[in-house]
Amino acid sequence: MMRTVIKGKTWKLGDDINTDLILPGPYLTMRDTEQMMQHVLEGAIPRFAEKIRKGEIIVAGKNFGSGSSREIAPLLLKRLGVGAVVAESFARIFFRNAINIGLPVIECKDISEKIKSGDVLEINLETGTIKNVSRKENYAGTRLPKFLLEIIEAGGALKRLRQSAQ
Amino acid sequence: MPDLHSGGRGFKSRPVHFANWKVEIYSQNNNYSQKNGDVTEVGMTIAEKILTAHSPKQRAVAGEFVEAKVDWAMVHEELGTPNGVAHLFESLGYEKVWNPKRIVALLDHWVPAPSVDAAEIHKTCRQFVKKYGVSNWFDMNAGICHQIMPEQGFVCPGELIVGTDSHTTTYGALGAFSTGVGATDMTVVFATGKLWFKVPETIKYTISGKLPKFISGKDIILRILKEIGTDGAVYKAIEYYGHTVKQLSIDGRMTICNMGVEAGAKAAIVPPDQKTTRYVKARTKRAYKIVKADKDAEYIEKRDLEISNLEPQVAKPPTPANSVPVTEVENTPIDEAFIGSCTGGRLEDLAVAAKLLKGKKTAKNVRFIVIPASYEIFLEAEKKGIIRTILEAGGIIESPTCGPCTGGHLGLLAADETAIATVSRNFVGRMGSPKAKVYLASAATVAASALKGKITNPNTLG
Ligand code: SF4
Repeated sequence: MMRTVIKGKTWKLGDDINTDLILPGPYLTMRDTEQMMQHVLEGAIPRFAEKIRKGEIIVAGKNFGSGSSREIAPLLLKRLGVGAVVAESFARIFFRNAINIGLPVIECKDISEKIKSGDVLEINLETGTIKNVSRKENYAGTRLPKFLLEIIEAGGALKRLRQSAQ
Repeated sequence: MPDLHSGGRGFKSRPVHFANWKVEIYSQNNNYSQKNGDVTEVGMTIAEKILTAHSPKQRAVAGEFVEAKVDWAMVHEELGTPNGVAHLFESLGYEKVWNPKRIVALLDHWVPAPSVDAAEIHKTCRQFVKKYGVSNWFDMNAGICHQIMPEQGFVCPGELIVGTDSHTTTYGALGAFSTGVGATDMTVVFATGKLWFKVPETIKYTISGKLPKFISGKDIILRILKEIGTDGAVYKAIEYYGHTVKQLSIDGRMTICNMGVEAGAKAAIVPPDQKTTRYVKARTKRAYKIVKADKDAEYIEKRDLEISNLEPQVAKPPTPANSVPVTEVENTPIDEAFIGSCTGGRLEDLAVAAKLLKGKKTAKNVRFIVIPASYEIFLEAEKKGIIRTILEAGGIIESPTCGPCTGGHLGLLAADETAIATVSRNFVGRMGSPKAKVYLASAATVAASALKGKITNPNTLG
């Protein structure tokens, strides 16, 4: 069964967090993903890779993941343990890529005004509701369409493809 | 909580967007609008028509999801990266790709390989195309994907094309619907030839006015980006109309479609005209169908831009939407001037640069680097004497590759250095050190700046 509820401490970022910020171009050819991982978001939060803990949540402003189509961007976030990304809006290729590799992404209006970095959020993917445990508030995020939830549930688009081929 | 079950266009309630997707999936066709109780069919945009034509639906309008058959799948080094398409496809255990003749694979980002890691990526690409019989394969001596695709005849009006590169929107310049996807989506295409799409809403941009001297597609798109912002077209298509667009060369149209993605656009399309058909017919014998929008097509937004008095535009770091008239940043000192990339290394770009550089020398404090976007352009520029002019002016010419555009090689920036470049993005760290600064501009402005050693308005040089 899918983990429909994700609970974790937040890391807050601004608007237009692009894929070059998530993984700068000069590291793109590295064969060692572990090494690549060390550079994730370093331009936004120095030594982010060391600081992030499993299940923690990234909260950002508008247009998260803009720029290149590099799928390694959401993949590295997932491998670093990021539990979900909540943003006011996402760039479309990043959004697709995140779903495709099984990283939950939720859109929520004005979320960056509502929370402070470090707040603990509890996200229900099925209903799209976001509970701010630290502030005892609830926000309405947008619910994922069923077939996208199913992709996340399967662990990504390829696992889903394999399932449907069986 | 918004009502997530409102339908597509034609329903009374305003549809709610999720990441700009309407959530009703595989809904019945909501393709009728109600006027005075009568049911009238609403006209369609180019995006709606192309996606419909490639799907099993009779009619798919903005907001609907379709599973569409793609005409072409383009992959560059994303095929061979450690988590790339080859790796993912192999993990699926399929014996064949859906259609090896409909895949175009090439190397462009790191050519020739500047590191062992890049060489390994290239090796994986070569092995994959051999193993699966991908016949449209371009090794190191071809050029940048977004030049090769149209140039080698892989783009026709009305076609549906996906590529593992965000600037795949370029092919809209020839009236195709083309968009960027990630490695997993591409793997699904390799396996099935199909992909799900949400039919996007469309912004209609009408650009009018006679092109002023030294104003190119790059200046126009930078101006547009300033107007609509980095997320102004997220999940939407853009259709470009107007006298100026007609006036623009195919090169210029490719630039305005290419950088549509800098506003988040899913596709950017110029309706085909005679220039389009002339270009396409010279490159392929494939039959195609010209797709135009209906007169009563529904647009989410209509915008106009008048460019008769437009000054050359320069986008300050750190986003392409941060553009200002060149006069506002004139005299900013630079360390590097770069003409190249899929959005500034075409023949027209090299030609205008050569015109300014002819018989002159670039400033001593500037590294002036030029990379033609393809071999065809390189050869043509050589024939026209452009290459010689650039060399005589003190420029360095490299063979076709993305080079410094993606921070790969051939002219990266050190901390605190500044470049002016014809590339697509000036994000932090894009061309090297995260402490470097990149200004985006047209080839004319970059060439003028190379001559003076500081950001310069080409109009001051004649
Ligand atoms: S030239 Fe630059 S923008 Fe174009 S495909 Fe290469 S890296 Fe991307």
